[in-house]
Amino acid sequence: MIKFTNVFKAFPKGGLALKDVSFHIAKGEFVFLTGHSGAGKSTVLKLVYAEEPVTSGEVRVSGFNLAELRRRDVPMLRRRLGIVFQDFRLLEDRSAEENVAFALEVTGARRGSIPARVMRVLTQVGLAAKAHGSPRELSGGEQQRVAIARALVNEPTVLLADEPTGNLDERATRGVFQLLRDINASGTAVVMATHDLDLVRQAPYRVIELQEGALVYDSAVDEPRDQAATP
Amino acid sequence: MNLVVREALLTFRRAPLLSTLSVTTIAFSLFVVGLFGLVAVNLQRALREVAERVEIVAYVLPGTPIETLTLAQKDIEAFPEVQAATYVSEDEALQRARRELVEFRNVLQELERNPLPASIEVKLKPHFRDVEHVNDVAERLRGFGFVDDVRFGREWVEIVDRLRQVAAGVGLLLGAAFAAVAVIIIGTTIRMAVLQRSREIAIMRLVGATDGFIRRPFLLQGAIKGMLGGLAAIGLSYGAYALINRWLIHAAFFSREQAVAIVGFGMLIGFVGSAASVGRHLRRV
Repeated sequence: MIKFTNVFKAFPKGGLALKDVSFHIAKGEFVFLTGHSGAGKSTVLKLVYAEEPVTSGEVRVSGFNLAELRRRDVPMLRRRLGIVFQDFRLLEDRSAEENVAFALEVTGARRGSIPARVMRVLTQVGLAAKAHGSPRELSGGEQQRVAIARALVNEPTVLLADEPTGNLDERATRGVFQLLRDINASGTAVVMATHDLDLVRQAPYRVIELQEGALVYDSAVDEPRDQAATP
Repeated sequence: MNLVVREALLTFRRAPLLSTLSVTTIAFSLFVVGLFGLVAVNLQRALREVAERVEIVAYVLPGTPIETLTLAQKDIEAFPEVQAATYVSEDEALQRARRELVEFRNVLQELERNPLPASIEVKLKPHFRDVEHVNDVAERLRGFGFVDDVRFGREWVEIVDRLRQVAAGVGLLLGAAFAAVAVIIIGTTIRMAVLQRSREIAIMRLVGATDGFIRRPFLLQGAIKGMLGGLAAIGLSYGAYALINRWLIHAAFFSREQAVAIVGFGMLIGFVGSAASVGRHLRRV
């Protein structure tokens, strides 16, 4: 599904963002990617969705070998992924519904099928009632739900979430996390980068911890430890 | 409606200020080019009218038989440079003088003998009305035995000649400069439109839109803006033309083809400018 083999990633101005990182994430898994800010969590995700090229090593995602990926194949890769960010990245001049429909339209989905698919994912994230609301009228948690709906509408095999609860209060965080668990329960793999250790301790999921670009702990491989990560 | 067309048109609603700014910028840039074009068109026309008057007159010795002159006239008309050769007899010359030189009517009326010689007036074809060819033809006319003297407005011919060269050179230079400025300004405005939507472009790429898909609405939108700007420029030019025509001089406006060319140029700039801006943006992200 997602396989990193001895991956190195250099910063444009020198230094290494990732040092010899290897892991394998299987279909349907839920994985926490933890570590301090700057540890390389976002870099791992950016390599997965081909926003950044790999410096050396091999990255395979959903059948694509990213080293051989041509620029025009990148959209094809991304249509198999759902991506969610800390800052939601919604278009403020469009309603919740239009933001979700947008992801279908740009991938050339059949127009007749769009409204039903949009409504289905909005219902799934619990926002069907606010489909016509503008992102500005929605709370942070609701905006993140719209972003998740947008990520889901193309039926991805993996959902990548980069600090999805970073901008949310505790209540909204719990709601969004539960939603990600539900999505995982229905078969979609979820890779969630976070430094919220409370969340990590709450659930029995696999943890991959990065420190200064190196993989220092992988609960699927290493001995379990009392503290999943250093705070 | 097609998604590309819808997205392109929606921009005008979502960013009305920037869209208006783009169209206005294109309009004024093309207006400047258009004004310059109008000056060029009218200068050309004026020069053509002046050149019309370039004429060579061969004065004929008194007593030359009319048969000789008729034959000579045929010969002259056969010159490749010559459009027409007209024989003007002594009497016709006098009548014309009476008609045109009103101030001397009395003097001319009381003449006992006609002092004016007969002549052959030679008009050249349009593209032979320059110093070189005029001199050449005049020299050949002097070769006829019956020709007393050959006159032509040498200064006029030279002035027209030089004006034509200057007008062509300056026209080319200024026209190119104005067009270049227009392209740069329009390119900048379009770049602003692209930057304003960079967030949207980033999101489109994240959800798997192809570069072509992202590009198409911009290209269409650029072409539409260019066309609107071109039409506005024609309108502005017409306004300027109407004012000049009414208060200053009688001038000519663009032909239909020239007007279409200006609008087409606007569309082309809008399209190419958008393609360049979006292309550059996409390559960098």
